Amino acid sequence: MDTQTSLHHANRKVMNRHDLTRRLVARLHREEAVIGGIGNTNFDLWMTGQRPQNFYMLGSMGLACPIALGVALAQPGRGVVALEGDGSLLMQLNCLATIGAIAPANLLVIVMDNACYQITGAQPTATAARADLVAIAQGAGIANSHWAADEAGFEQLVERCLAQPGPHLIAARIDSQPATGTTERDPALIRQRFMRGIAVTT
Amino acid sequence: MRHDVTERQAAQAGTWHGTLHGVLKANAVRLFTYVPDRVLTPLIQGAHADPHFTTVAATREEEALGIVAGAWMGGMLGVLAMQTSGFATLPNALASLAVPYQIPLLMLISERGTLGEFNLGQAMVCRTMRPVLDALGVEHHTITRLDELTFIADRSIKQAVATQAPVALILSPLLTGGKVFG
Repeated sequence: MDTQTSLHHANRKVMNRHDLTRRLVARLHREEAVIGGIGNTNFDLWMTGQRPQNFYMLGSMGLACPIALGVALAQPGRGVVALEGDGSLLMQLNCLATIGAIAPANLLVIVMDNACYQITGAQPTATAARADLVAIAQGAGIANSHWAADEAGFEQLVERCLAQPGPHLIAARIDSQPATGTTERDPALIRQRFMRGIAVTT
Repeated sequence: MRHDVTERQAAQAGTWHGTLHGVLKANAVRLFTYVPDRVLTPLIQGAHADPHFTTVAATREEEALGIVAGAWMGGMLGVLAMQTSGFATLPNALASLAVPYQIPLLMLISERGTLGEFNLGQAMVCRTMRPVLDALGVEHHTITRLDELTFIADRSIKQAVATQAPVALILSPLLTGGKVFG
């Protein structure tokens, strides 16, 4: 298993979720919406500063990409980013095929892959063995799917994906550090702030 | 009033699916997501054929729920059409997304498992549907008659939006004919 993993990721640096999330947020200049997946992904997004265009999930594991797809369909003029972990994406891999079929030009999926369910006790995910999320995304019809080789490569991919028609997927190997904080826990307030942040009034 | 009705819609007038199609449009429902179902086929075909709707074939009901939730937050009202067994996959997504985040998720459920069901599994799963909806406090109505369809669907959609709460419309075999053996 270890041999397979090291071959698989030979030239890919193991980075840090909070650091990469800061680098992502620093490159959002057009009020792009960001949907943060449950758990550490969400928490580190929160800890980068509470942009009004961020949506934080407090459950419904696996639905960051479908929620982001919905926002992308409703607002085709706005860039939309789904921030997801490997465990969450594995729970709803089918959503990649739907994104591949619909091919929304304004959608970017970013996967933070620590090869474990860190928050539940660091049990290994299938990416610790042989599953390659970029290959899976490409096979699902998201041709523009790439591994980030290092931090500079991640930044370049983000800038390119935000500038060019998608859908896109970026995956990054990350360490198994927990998040640096946690979100507030008021779902209605989170939704209301997000809707105002993306200019929707009800 | 009806000069803009297409030939297709005119042909559907007087059917449950044509009526429902019209109610959805009249309430500015613009996103139609579904997981395929035999009984819902004419409604699904009608959505695909009408450019008013963005129509999305989802692979799972909870995926479709996520899409509808995201679209609502982005300003687009949507519906999720599915069959009874598909609804049974939704409790976690309802309990952790649609209900607590106060999303007016519109659910259309083609009811299987009763009034002539031939598959024991469908009959079993049907018995879980209303208890789950009741446990989550989700408003639901079972529609059995064409002459009540417009009133129930129209009022339910308006209430869901006004109160920011999910609603389930269960389409009985008495309305749709259901699915029969063979």
